[in-house]
Amino acid sequence: MSDHYDVIVIGAGPAGSMAAWHASLGGAKVLVLEKDRDIGLPVRCAEGVGAAGLQSLIEADPRWIANKIEGINLISPHGKRVHLANEDFGYVLNRKLFDNFLAEKASKAGAEILTKAYAEELLFDEKGDVNGVVFSRFGKRLSLRAKIVMGADGVESRVGRWAGIRTQLKLRDIETCVQFTMANVDVTPSDCDFYFSHERAPGGYIWVFPKGDGIANVGLGISGEYAQYQSPLRYLEDFVQEHFPKASVLTTTVGGVPVAPTNKQIVKNGFMLIGDAAHQANPISGGGIVPAMVAGKLAGQVAAEAVQTGDVSAAFLKKYERQWYKSEGNTHKITYRLKEAVYKLTDDDLNKTADSILSLPEGKRTIVAVFKKALYNKPSLILDALKVFKMSISEVFDPLS
Amino acid sequence: MIRIKEDRCDFCGTCVSVCPVDCIELRETVIKIDEKTCTDCKLCVYVCPIETLEFVDE
Repeated sequence: MSDHYDVIVIGAGPAGSMAAWHASLGGAKVLVLEKDRDIGLPVRCAEGVGAAGLQSLIEADPRWIANKIEGINLISPHGKRVHLANEDFGYVLNRKLFDNFLAEKASKAGAEILTKAYAEELLFDEKGDVNGVVFSRFGKRLSLRAKIVMGADGVESRVGRWAGIRTQLKLRDIETCVQFTMANVDVTPSDCDFYFSHERAPGGYIWVFPKGDGIANVGLGISGEYAQYQSPLRYLEDFVQEHFPKASVLTTTVGGVPVAPTNKQIVKNGFMLIGDAAHQANPISGGGIVPAMVAGKLAGQVAAEAVQTGDVSAAFLKKYERQWYKSEGNTHKITYRLKEAVYKLTDDDLNKTADSILSLPEGKRTIVAVFKKALYNKPSLILDALKVFKMSISEVFDPLS
Repeated sequence: MIRIKEDRCDFCGTCVSVCPVDCIELRETVIKIDEKTCTDCKLCVYVCPIETLEFVDE
């Protein structure tokens, strides 16, 4: 470890590792601080990812792919299944190995990584700009200076707050999630199932993502707005009891997913916010892996440029913000509006939507058709849906992560 | 006041993300609420996925 870095990244999830990797490729001297003892653990993710989005960033590698997904089923409250097939929908990952792989990439490109390194506070210069990090590791408290500090510390985003950025989420903008990884789950191994029901998962949805050999991630997220009446844990226990009474729980995973538009501020002088910490997950699916990787890559590239030109001001770092909006951020503004409408649909509305989709010939059952039917009385949102889904189904319906 | 059932906590950070006054300190396996700063707004209680936090009327 040296005592001065170009870039210090706090958090070694997909955002942090991508940022460290790409900043290193750009010639910056990078250090990553990870608070946990293992990169990739504990997993806080449903592990589903769209193929198109992932492959635009890295080549899929069998080492961290648990299962290939060739279809999705959208299941209505009354149990009707709308099946959408696409042999290239996506993958269910093994997130621990996936996160390790990205950290390895960063390391091979020259970044230094420390686990068990718990960030305690930021350091500031006389003008009030961030210029370093204080962290503790094995009982020692260490201070390091950096030209740029990146907050990639997930949904809790303490680092963003230390930098003076307001990152608190409103109840309506967080999904509170519980997932069981279960054995002895009887589902189609190549399909991901999504259950929509205001009664069973208000303001969210239930997912069943098969990992092969009868193992599946079975989980749900509900809007924070509804969580005060019943916890997601109770909703999930009810669902599992009804659908998979013979399955056993191997792992329990819990966590919050930001389903908000991108945080208003994501850069300051010498500081950048990336991934869930910047509220960059897809607001309608909650999918956060690909957006975090996109943001990390962009932030890493811009950070390296900033270091090289000697200008780490917010004005320069805003290049990352502009590129983020061009790439994903503007789409997220629209999907946020769609989320607000879709998750307010009653079970009756959802049943009618499923019935009218199923009355279409199979070839015409698409995600766009689903949204058209679901939002039939909200024409402006149908236009929004068309704008978003013209891109690609799997990019947008990147499942919750 | 808000009470944390620490034996039940998974340290996921969901409560921290909604705390409007930033009074929850979360480490790898330690969680604490700064009672002096806490306003008893209960947002953390609502969003906890596994009912780790509870409001205790004193």
